[in-house]
Amino acid sequence: MALIKLTSDNFEQEVKNSSEPVLIDFWASWCGPCKMLSPVVEAIAEEVTDFKVASCNVDDEMDLAGEFGVQSIPTLVVIKDGKEVNRSVGVIPKEQILSLVRG
Amino acid sequence: MTDIIIVGAGTAGLTAAIYAQRAGKSVMLFEGTAVGGQIINTPDVENYPGIAHTSGFEFANALFEQAKSFGAEIRYEAVKEIRDEGAVKKVLTGSGEYEAKAVILATGAKNRPLGLAREQDLIGHGISYCATCDGMFYRGKDVAVAGGGNTALEDALFLTNFCRHVYLIHRRDAFRGDEKNVSLLKAKENVEFVLNANVTSILGDDKVEGVEVTDKFSGEKRELPVSGFFIAVGQMPANEAFSGIVTLDDKGYISAGESCETGTAGIFTAGDCRTKEVRQLTTAASDGAVAALAAAKYVESLAE
Repeated sequence: MALIKLTSDNFEQEVKNSSEPVLIDFWASWCGPCKMLSPVVEAIAEEVTDFKVASCNVDDEMDLAGEFGVQSIPTLVVIKDGKEVNRSVGVIPKEQILSLVRG
Repeated sequence: MTDIIIVGAGTAGLTAAIYAQRAGKSVMLFEGTAVGGQIINTPDVENYPGIAHTSGFEFANALFEQAKSFGAEIRYEAVKEIRDEGAVKKVLTGSGEYEAKAVILATGAKNRPLGLAREQDLIGHGISYCATCDGMFYRGKDVAVAGGGNTALEDALFLTNFCRHVYLIHRRDAFRGDEKNVSLLKAKENVEFVLNANVTSILGDDKVEGVEVTDKFSGEKRELPVSGFFIAVGQMPANEAFSGIVTLDDKGYISAGESCETGTAGIFTAGDCRTKEVRQLTTAASDGAVAALAAAKYVESLAE
């Protein structure tokens, strides 16, 4: 599936009311580790069919980042049935990202 | 079979990939987390010869592109084990098994924690090891930095630009970092040096609300009310998985001299993971070149 660009406007539709789990990558352009993690997250988005992958730029979406209490980036958050079920801070390997969502 | 497998895609590993491929060897590069290594956390790089100024991310990205341009295959898999079967080295990751004639361990180093209670639990809730990543979340707030090297000094400098007050906590009275950074910091009005002091406790339940520091000499305790605590107390290696095939020193670094030879035939090491005095971008790049050429020579000797 294609990577979703997450905004306050599409949050409800893409995440809150999603029937599939959603992996959200909180990042910013000035964060080196984030930019290294992004290609891995993008690759996952292209590969998987059992969950959605969204990317949220914390500079553009300060309210969303605030709502999630993001204080460190990159932060990955997993949402299932509209609720946060898992979270990881910092750069982690691809297999760890997958198990963050799939358990 | 691949000629040379390189474990770690930081400055040393990527440089080794360039040199090995230019020496006509096939290369497979393994990276467990993100390409680029530690330098991606550094906003300004101003001490790499020939490059007056760049950012760590730009540097790492350019190096990665350069390594790829020669045909290096990159796999995002953490190497869990290496089996030395003489002329063949088996490299095991969580998802596969690969074979090479030679291996270069360029595993780098990772941030050293202070070892305080709840330090790991509060990462992302006030505790950070990367000021350039997380500093912006503390705009207008009070923060503390712990450490005495260039990373701590640069982190403190970076934070002074938008935080209200920055405490710099160091367990000695002199800094290991560059004098230039120290004088830049001294000129800032919103920095307070807390010297000869150890951080003894993190305050706050679900998020950082302060740190407790203890004076090294008087034993006097003081609470600093901060919402962000940036830890920059150096690095530590991550070579446990390879202790069976190479010798580690008492700190966990791979024992090898400037030749980058580990003492195990066909296994070389490069960069911050090796026992050495100076860990800089330039020395990582230097090691990468030395290890790659030694490995290439070893691979050629197998064919004879």
